[in-house]
Amino acid sequence: MLEHYLNLFLRSMLLENMALAFFLGMCSFLACSKKVETALGLGVAVVFVQVLTVPLNNLILKGLLVEGALAWIHPSLATVNLTFLAFILFIGSIAAATQVVEMAVDRYAPKLYTTLGVFLPLIAVNCVILAGALFMQERDYTFGESVVFGFGSGLGWMLAIVAMAGVREKMKYSHVPDGLKGLGITFIVAGLMSMAFMVFSGIQL
Amino acid sequence: MSKAWFGKHERQALLAPIVQNNPIAVQVLGICSALAVTTRMDKALVMGLGVILVTALANFAVSLVRNHTPGSIRMIVQLSIIASLVIVVDQILRATLYELSLELSVYVGLIITNCIVMGRAEGYAMNNPPWTSLLDGVGNGLGYAILLLLVAFARELLGSGKLFGMQVLPLVQEGGWYQPNGLMLLAPSALFIVALLIWLLRTLKPEMQEED
Repeated sequence: MLEHYLNLFLRSMLLENMALAFFLGMCSFLACSKKVETALGLGVAVVFVQVLTVPLNNLILKGLLVEGALAWIHPSLATVNLTFLAFILFIGSIAAATQVVEMAVDRYAPKLYTTLGVFLPLIAVNCVILAGALFMQERDYTFGESVVFGFGSGLGWMLAIVAMAGVREKMKYSHVPDGLKGLGITFIVAGLMSMAFMVFSGIQL
Repeated sequence: MSKAWFGKHERQALLAPIVQNNPIAVQVLGICSALAVTTRMDKALVMGLGVILVTALANFAVSLVRNHTPGSIRMIVQLSIIASLVIVVDQILRATLYELSLELSVYVGLIITNCIVMGRAEGYAMNNPPWTSLLDGVGNGLGYAILLLLVAFARELLGSGKLFGMQVLPLVQEGGWYQPNGLMLLAPSALFIVALLIWLLRTLKPEMQEED
């Protein structure tokens, strides 16, 4: 059992890295990776929200949407299948969760808020978070698996953006062709990193 | 009705995003899905059509209610409009092109968080009348779709010698002469191709280069 979870964790973090294998959260991946500090802040916020929202959406999906989930209200509802509503409920719950987290962090951990706060509203529309919920639905994860998957995929994304920021900080001193400056070279670096991450494929515990 | 339906302003809204202000290459929005669905042209085409539909209708709807939306809840209004439209697109895809919708998997759902849709709703539709917003949505969707098809063209042709699933270059395995480049079917190649496109665009238009 533990092995299964560990396997899932490693796979979601390294092998199926959200940023480098599925290109998710690319907008913020490119925009916020100029400095390691910012990248780290955003990365931590993503892990935080991902761990929270993937299991939350798992509960919503299993408890309200799948066929038969509403049977407890009235037996005649046992055949109702509301999974087509998943998109709108997922994005709603993500927006709500980030809002609640933002307010809670502001109230109870003001120090954390100064570093994390600016990123939280941004994260509500980050594709990584929604993709976490959608992959959870597609692969039919259980509650336990969704916690592990949320943590692993968030951590993987953080790893990618921090590494990217590290490379970009060093790259300031290198001579890049004019047309490639900024965005272009960042894409190429991301491509090389993505190739590097492919090394992990085939790792199985 | 004194105002022209297709005046200069309207044409500008429709055509500018296709090349000069391309959402992917110039504004750098909506990269996520652009890279992931481009291994085959048919996938890219369907995805592009979906995005055109969603951006156009979302822009239209957001623009219709723009004067009745309080600023503090505008994000959630936009998100729910977009999410409803994406649900419609997803359901249509499942009903008509089931296999393809399985291959596109989560990326159809991810149109919701595609920055192009949100960006145009927030940046354009909130301040412009419905008709030009609709055109702006179509234009941006087209710009996105064209870039997607360009990337997919390179990846499918070089990666498997096919276009839209039809064999164009005869493969070595089947007695032809073309040795397919497997890297093109893997994730990194999409990043390289977009980088090359941006490089090309910025070499042709030096004013877009960044001071980095």
